[in-house]
Amino acid sequence: MAALQLERVARHYGEREALSDVSLTLQEGATLVVFGPNGAGKTTLLRVLATLLRPHAGTVAVLGAELPREAWAVRGRVGLLGHEPLLYRELTAQENLRFHARLHGVGEERVRELLEVLRLSARAAEPLRTLSRGLVQRVAVARAVLHDPELLLLDEPHSNLDPAAVELVAPLIGAASGRSRVICSHDPGGGLAEADLVLGLRGGRPALLRAAADVSVEEIGELYR
Amino acid sequence: MKPTVGTWRTVGALLRKELLVELRTLESVPGMSLFAVSTFVVFHFALNRSSIEGDTASGILWVTLLFASILGINRLFVADAEQGGFDGFLLAPVDRSAMFLAKVLTLVAYLVALELVAVPAFALLLLGAPLGPALGNLTVTLLLGDIGVAVIGTLVAALAVRTRARDLLGPLLALPLLVPIVIGGARATAPSLSAAHASGAAARWLLTLGLYDLLFGLIAYALFDFLLED
Repeated sequence: MAALQLERVARHYGEREALSDVSLTLQEGATLVVFGPNGAGKTTLLRVLATLLRPHAGTVAVLGAELPREAWAVRGRVGLLGHEPLLYRELTAQENLRFHARLHGVGEERVRELLEVLRLSARAAEPLRTLSRGLVQRVAVARAVLHDPELLLLDEPHSNLDPAAVELVAPLIGAASGRSRVICSHDPGGGLAEADLVLGLRGGRPALLRAAADVSVEEIGELYR
Repeated sequence: MKPTVGTWRTVGALLRKELLVELRTLESVPGMSLFAVSTFVVFHFALNRSSIEGDTASGILWVTLLFASILGINRLFVADAEQGGFDGFLLAPVDRSAMFLAKVLTLVAYLVALELVAVPAFALLLLGAPLGPALGNLTVTLLLGDIGVAVIGTLVAALAVRTRARDLLGPLLALPLLVPIVIGGARATAPSLSAAHASGAAARWLLTLGLYDLLFGLIAYALFDFLLED
């Protein structure tokens, strides 16, 4: 089964076209890396795949379910790590994760396990607003994988993380996690190393769609010029 | 929609989160209470009377509670909108109506907390007749009023929070819808706040309040899912 199947997908905000004519297929367990300058439509694509935005044209199938008709079948099987951590600043890391665990029907044990794995246990009882951005990003990673999703949607997942933290989160959101992944990236070298399939967006339209093995770093750099 | 987590379990998780956030920030209930008490102090001096009763007392109590509740309604979804709570909730395999139920219960809890401060302050600063004999009628009427305010407040707050003019739009939409609750509440309470503590036409107004709550409860429950949609 394909993790993603998109056919001529479009989405606009009022008059502005944010995404247009995007077609691709991503196999299960594979990684799609999306490149493109700011405003190219990367975040819109992630939000459509996460069922947070409806596509205005075309067909979208995520994990075999057609959106938006079968969005209910996708929720709970997708993990989104976006620009915003989707966490409450006044609650502690533990309280935030417990809250999301309850929404996903996940037990307390998983929360403790993730706090341990991400080395957050010592700061787990402090309100999020007192933590550094790097630590908040680690809590956001824990939130995104709390329910063991089949598909990860990652928008610059390593932002605010130091090299040690990048290694720490790798088993959860890296290739080793074995999950299908869509990653938005501005790092041609690092992104390409993670990719099986590369999508380059410019002005909401696909400017590049190829297997990662056939794409060079220079080609990706061209998208930003 | 086929949620995998039960509705009441979701309501419980959301309600717990709401109350935790309020306990940490104290953004709603203290402001609402302070507003109500300040208003009673202003009335105490502005009316230049040693005490009030009946229609006047009832009207002042309900109008003050109405405006105090607007402060809570305006803040009801702010943390969710500003900190990604909506998205976090929408990504979960849950019944979306659970958020409506949790917000209504949250607002009812805020209003009860407000009234625990405001009603004694009202009795102390303005009321001529003793409050004791009126307490039974007042409690039932306030509770029915709270449910109506919470249902309409949640619906309006969910509508307004995604707009830029939410601080203005919330009250503008809420006030006309809340006026029948103020009328019903004031009429139901007035006899028991008079010196004679008459029970009069309270039952009729309580029934009107109950029907209004039910009507808006059904409308809001049916509409709320669409308000969360993109």
